Amino acid sequence: MATEPATSGNGASIVVEELVKRFGDFIAVNAVSFQIRRGEIFGLLGPNGSGKSTTIRMLCGLLTPTAGRARVVGLDVATQAEAVRQRIGYMSQKFSLYNDLRVVENLNFFAGLYGVKGSLLSERTEWALRMAGLAGSEQTLTRELAGGWKQRLALGCAVLHRPQVLFLDEPTAGVDPLSRRQFWQLIHEMAADGVTILVTTHYMDEAEYCNRLALVDAGRIVAAGTPTAIKRTAIAGDLLLVECAPLGHGLDVIKSAPGVLDAAVFGAVLHVVVSAAERARTELPAYLNAQGIRVDRIDAIAPSLEDAFVALTGGSRLIDEPAQ
Amino acid sequence: MTDAIVEVSGLSKRFGGVPAVDDLSFTAQRGEILGLVGPDGAGKTTTLRVLAGILPADAGSVCVAGGDVVRDPEAAKSRISYMPQQFGLYEDLTVDENIRFYAALFEVDARMREPRAAQLLAACGMSPFRRRLAGLLSGGMKRKLGLVCALIHTPALLLLDEPTTGVDPVSRREFWGILYSLVFEGATVVISTAYLDEAERCHRLLLLHRGRRLFYGTPAGLKRMLPGAVLAVNTPEPQKLEAAITGADGVLTAMAMGDAVHVVVDDPARRIPEMRRRIEAAQLPFDDVTQLEASVEDAFVYAISHPEAGREAA
Repeated sequence: MATEPATSGNGASIVVEELVKRFGDFIAVNAVSFQIRRGEIFGLLGPNGSGKSTTIRMLCGLLTPTAGRARVVGLDVATQAEAVRQRIGYMSQKFSLYNDLRVVENLNFFAGLYGVKGSLLSERTEWALRMAGLAGSEQTLTRELAGGWKQRLALGCAVLHRPQVLFLDEPTAGVDPLSRRQFWQLIHEMAADGVTILVTTHYMDEAEYCNRLALVDAGRIVAAGTPTAIKRTAIAGDLLLVECAPLGHGLDVIKSAPGVLDAAVFGAVLHVVVSAAERARTELPAYLNAQGIRVDRIDAIAPSLEDAFVALTGGSRLIDEPAQ
Repeated sequence: MTDAIVEVSGLSKRFGGVPAVDDLSFTAQRGEILGLVGPDGAGKTTTLRVLAGILPADAGSVCVAGGDVVRDPEAAKSRISYMPQQFGLYEDLTVDENIRFYAALFEVDARMREPRAAQLLAACGMSPFRRRLAGLLSGGMKRKLGLVCALIHTPALLLLDEPTTGVDPVSRREFWGILYSLVFEGATVVISTAYLDEAERCHRLLLLHRGRRLFYGTPAGLKRMLPGAVLAVNTPEPQKLEAAITGADGVLTAMAMGDAVHVVVDDPARRIPEMRRRIEAAQLPFDDVTQLEASVEDAFVYAISHPEAGREAA
């Protein structure tokens, strides 16, 4: 394995070129292209039914592309699928551990699946236990582990064979925030060791941990870049926070105010997208006051990743989505 | 004095000796959205089931819409709508037929059924799918249909158990748009979520951790508990930068994100220049240092590590 190229010459560990997948008349993945560097954490972010899972299945060598091509650690996913599968790991929040097996038995089971045996077996198992912080808990029944520990065991099982590429599918959904932070620290350490990580998710808090993101919608990439760059460029216009009373009436009135592109309630305040922040800040209070609405605060705020996501994918929501 | 529609005091519930909810007290006021927020296993579902009158409490008092749920679980049921995580949709009926079924079940006035259904379907972008079989809808659309069915009558109190789990952000916003319009009409919503960012949308929060109350109050009040300020340092080398500033004077926590490090410091005016010098000395590339508004997640992590702070704030 050591003699094989880990990358495709230009430093990229995953190269996807004009990848297409059709199911009958339905185009699930529509000419998607991206590259992921070795040791990079890359996120595919998209709504339900946007083509994320189909893309991952093709990259794992589980589904044959209709057109285009993809190389994972230098191997073609269509013609060298078996070799690809030996070099990747996969983990999802729905990852199935055997709850009635002990921690070490789960590790041994997955080692068997990946063909890890002999002297390597104990070396890799010990490594995975240390990595997951489970050394000393080898004999604990898996069902007795708390959520965060279970998830780290699942990660340990997914990387026992030391894959060069790791696929994570919504890995930390529903986990408490402390455990989630610890999990992402582990992922960052793996990336620093040279493992390439591809995350698929529609959770914004997971996307924030990625070095780079591609937003997918209806099978196409609609934006790509660092989380910060996407937040800065996604919204046409500026975002304002408006505190006013009464809130419900304020929402109705502000929607028809000049220069207002969109408005929504956000807790006790309104989030308002306007074409120009400075102008709106001077003109909106008078407009609202004239309609009997008291304005307590208007401030420009930085858009969140969710604001960016909604702006970039919201337009297509009425396009028919397939059943999942 | 108060206008509480939900009043819970000293609620406890155990399953096989393990406490799922432990000595929990809170109220929900008429016309507000109260968020039950916490990770899986925090006790959110158990609390909602007790409020809905489908799970008896082991101890404590629970009053919902003027009725004592502990003594008479049926009393408030006609004024409540409860949407469990697995809402019972009929997969072999169409969207419209499911809505008609629930309208009949809740005895909605026949003249009100169509306008109400049309309004709710439009609000969640589902008008084009009225004739589709429920079983052929995507996961997110099934959730939205569940909400439409739960809202086809006009309940005084809506109990929603993680209605947005697995729902993408665009649908999530539509969902919340519907909730706000109901609240403006005078309804009260108690909603559970594992998404901490969603907590920002609630009027008041009940943060739960392992069955106990970690915090009860407004999102702004929760954030005020966090000492100091949250800073973002943009950098192409988040791991190295995190290592370089961890343990520096005044740095409470540092966390590497995808293209930034989030740092909680005690005194931003003093620590920002110090931090710049430290990063420059380590010869790490960085873009700028900006102050962020603290998130509910920042406050949640702080509250878990300092449980005494949450009880005082409540």
